[in-house]
Amino acid sequence: MARGESRAVRWTQIAVALVFLALTLALPLALVFHEAVAKGLAAYWAAITEPDALSAARLTLLIAGIVVPVNLVFGVSAAWCISKFDFPGRNLLLTLIDLPFAVSPVISGMIFVLLFGAHGWLGPWLLEHDITIIFAVPGMVLATTFVTAPFIARELIPLMQEQGSEEEEAAIVLGATGWQTFRRVTLPNIKWGLLYGLILCNARAMGEFGAVSVVSGHIRGETNTLPLHVEILYNEYAFAASFAVASVLTLLALVTLALKTAVEWQQRRSVTHEAGIAPSLERIAA
Amino acid sequence: MRTRLVKPGTLALMALAAGAEAGAAQASAKPVTLLNVSYDPTRELYEDFDHQFAAYWKEKTGQTVTVRQSHGGSGKQARSVIDGLQADVVTLALAYDIDQIAEKSGLLPAAWQRRLPDNSAPYTSTMVLLVRKGNPRGIRDWGDLAKPGVSVITPNPKTSGGARWNYLAAWAWALRQPGGNDASARAFVTRLYQNVPVLDAGARGATTTFVERGIGDVLIAWENEALLAIKELGPGRFEVVTPSVSILAEPPVAVVDKVAAKHGTQAVAQAYLEYLYSEAGQEIAAKHFYRPRLPAVATKYASQFPRISLVTVDEVFGGWEKANAAHFADGALFDQIYQPGR
Amino acid sequence: MPGTSRSVLPGFGLSLGITCTYLGLLVLLPLATVFTRSAELTWPGFWDVITNPRVVASYRVTFGTSLLAAAVNTVFGLLVAWVLVRYRFPGRRLIDAMVDLPFALPTAVAGIALTTLYAPNGWLGGALERFGVKVAYTWLGITVALVFIGLPFVVRTVQPVLDDLEVEVEEAAASLGAGRWQTFTRVVLPSVAPALLTGFALAFARAIGEYGSVVFISGNMPMKTEIVPLLIITKLEQFDYAGATAVAVVMLVASFGLLLSINLLQWAARRRAGV
Repeated sequence: MARGESRAVRWTQIAVALVFLALTLALPLALVFHEAVAKGLAAYWAAITEPDALSAARLTLLIAGIVVPVNLVFGVSAAWCISKFDFPGRNLLLTLIDLPFAVSPVISGMIFVLLFGAHGWLGPWLLEHDITIIFAVPGMVLATTFVTAPFIARELIPLMQEQGSEEEEAAIVLGATGWQTFRRVTLPNIKWGLLYGLILCNARAMGEFGAVSVVSGHIRGETNTLPLHVEILYNEYAFAASFAVASVLTLLALVTLALKTAVEWQQRRSVTHEAGIAPSLERIAA
Repeated sequence: MRTRLVKPGTLALMALAAGAEAGAAQASAKPVTLLNVSYDPTRELYEDFDHQFAAYWKEKTGQTVTVRQSHGGSGKQARSVIDGLQADVVTLALAYDIDQIAEKSGLLPAAWQRRLPDNSAPYTSTMVLLVRKGNPRGIRDWGDLAKPGVSVITPNPKTSGGARWNYLAAWAWALRQPGGNDASARAFVTRLYQNVPVLDAGARGATTTFVERGIGDVLIAWENEALLAIKELGPGRFEVVTPSVSILAEPPVAVVDKVAAKHGTQAVAQAYLEYLYSEAGQEIAAKHFYRPRLPAVATKYASQFPRISLVTVDEVFGGWEKANAAHFADGALFDQIYQPGR
Repeated sequence: MPGTSRSVLPGFGLSLGITCTYLGLLVLLPLATVFTRSAELTWPGFWDVITNPRVVASYRVTFGTSLLAAAVNTVFGLLVAWVLVRYRFPGRRLIDAMVDLPFALPTAVAGIALTTLYAPNGWLGGALERFGVKVAYTWLGITVALVFIGLPFVVRTVQPVLDDLEVEVEEAAASLGAGRWQTFTRVVLPSVAPALLTGFALAFARAIGEYGSVVFISGNMPMKTEIVPLLIITKLEQFDYAGATAVAVVMLVASFGLLLSINLLQWAARRRAGV
């Protein structure tokens, strides 16, 4: 290699980075699995197939199933208007999209209580019409949507900015409709980034704890998600069971990461394969 | 008993008759659900109790009742009910929290505590000291907790109901000492909290810190939590030290009238709480290390609960409203412990 | 198209409409409740709440540990990104994937795992205790949790920039007689600086608000290891909505200011680069 670093320097750098990652990431991960099987595999299986755990898993999937598509629509719209157009207030809008990243989960939960709680802005009206939002599934969906809102938009915006809008403009000039242009030109260009955003959004939606905890009401078998169930078990001194459920979430995280790596790999391949404008135009003509 | 003798086909009729006989409002045997919003240490108690109550209610009225549980810090749970959590009954750690529900939301009358016997507290508990096996630090009473070098685990009174009982018990002990007054009690409690290395948010967190993380020489805990921790986490690893004086903790229960009325569950909610006072209910409470009120059950489990001189919040602190304002409100005595130079 | 002079593309109205409606209903409206609730306080009352010594101490803890964690992440994040981009070694792909773990792992799980690990009787806590270093239940523990939470932000913002960096420029510098260290400080560092700063700010912003993983490991001692989100919860628990939202306003303004400055910074950097 012509990159200058001597072998010694190179391996020292790698070693330091690996030790750091081992301490911060690998050890906690190993611990989760170590504790999860502390009471044996039978206990592990029992903990993750127990009715409360299953109902928590169902609720987690349901919430993610609602939140991810909603954020998909939002993410694509936000990325489209921010990356393809120049308008006053763009930076402000971008900051607002980022805001849920930086808002404390505690506040993210609290704001929905302040809005929909019995003493919140809309509380009395909801009570009159017998609509329950807070301490029920709708509130948990809202809080999760809030927390995960930036993920897809944030993934797409830099990508679409980098790609510019020449291809789309050419398509429009050639007479394609807006929807055709989006589907045939934009979508193929952003599909891997979009998928990556979807995966991260989904992971976060399944793993959110702080905000959901505030609005859940903690009704067993009804408004507990998997992360909340982990906490419940931990508080019942069922440590092994708690880590067993946590390990399921960790496995989900690992599957997510594997998917993500596969996606990135595809992305890199597709970038080298189809460079430039021609293939997209061919697709329009087709 | 009689229902067991009849054929399933006539069960519905029997249920109707039994329901009428019991004077319950529900004439039909439509299944009903109750939501019991409770605090942290009662998880095991109510899991057990809910099953037995459901069986009892089925036999008495033929109606199927499912009780759903929500557990968390007492203050947090009260706030959730105020904010709209649809609790039919609340079973919390301290009367103050239910007072807050009554005051802030009007879901139940201010005089709720007089509706059931014994200040609406069907079982009681107290605060004890849990030490490591062999009591290496020689902890005998509250006074030992303030000695230099002793490490004490107790949760944060701002976020944990149990921790408030802990704090008040220590304060009450100090008042009872020769020459004890508010100033000496304050000095004692300040020294005690200077020995606390970790303030967990809840009672369960504090127990985990003490038992699993191995931190601290002594844990101040609910008696029922201490006995449960020994049973669940390490028989032979810990010992309970009974202090000379402690506080009579009365975790109260109440029907949340307006919510129950909306759900049409008043009768079953009332019966649910009353069942706590029955011999069967008291037996379950005792099994889960809560001190029963019923003398017959109390005698049966006497060996489990050592005699302690118990004081009440009303006697020593003039009630929860006053205790809270003086000790736990923002800027009150507990906060002053941690404010340097004040 | 209003405000868009150069684009022939359709869909501006629709996409901006969806975006603004969504942000308005889901982000701005709920966040507005924080401001209206805190407005129940008078100005002096508001000021008293947010400058109370205990609250000020919690700002110190939160901002101090977040800053430290973000700094650690900046240094090690850069190193990790560098190693991942520049070197080939066995297991590189696996490690590359693992960097995102904190994004995907529920914070409560992270908190419990880290506490178990760093408690005096844990795998690491015991060893460190022998050297007189206490991690769990100190500000160091909070920092460890925040390092965990923030690492991917730095690595993932720096990585693509390093990837794009032309090795030729470095080689040219080297051929002109620059030492390796000189090349790094004069050529590499300036080009990754904006990305590094963004990563730092994102990790910092995320750390300020973190709750789930920190409460388990912090010990929650007033004046010492009490974080701002915990104080908000404490105030809520005492039915003090006005006080809780007053502290929340301080945090929201801090986060918003931080994010806005990052976005302006990036926008300025892009303009300078002529994109």
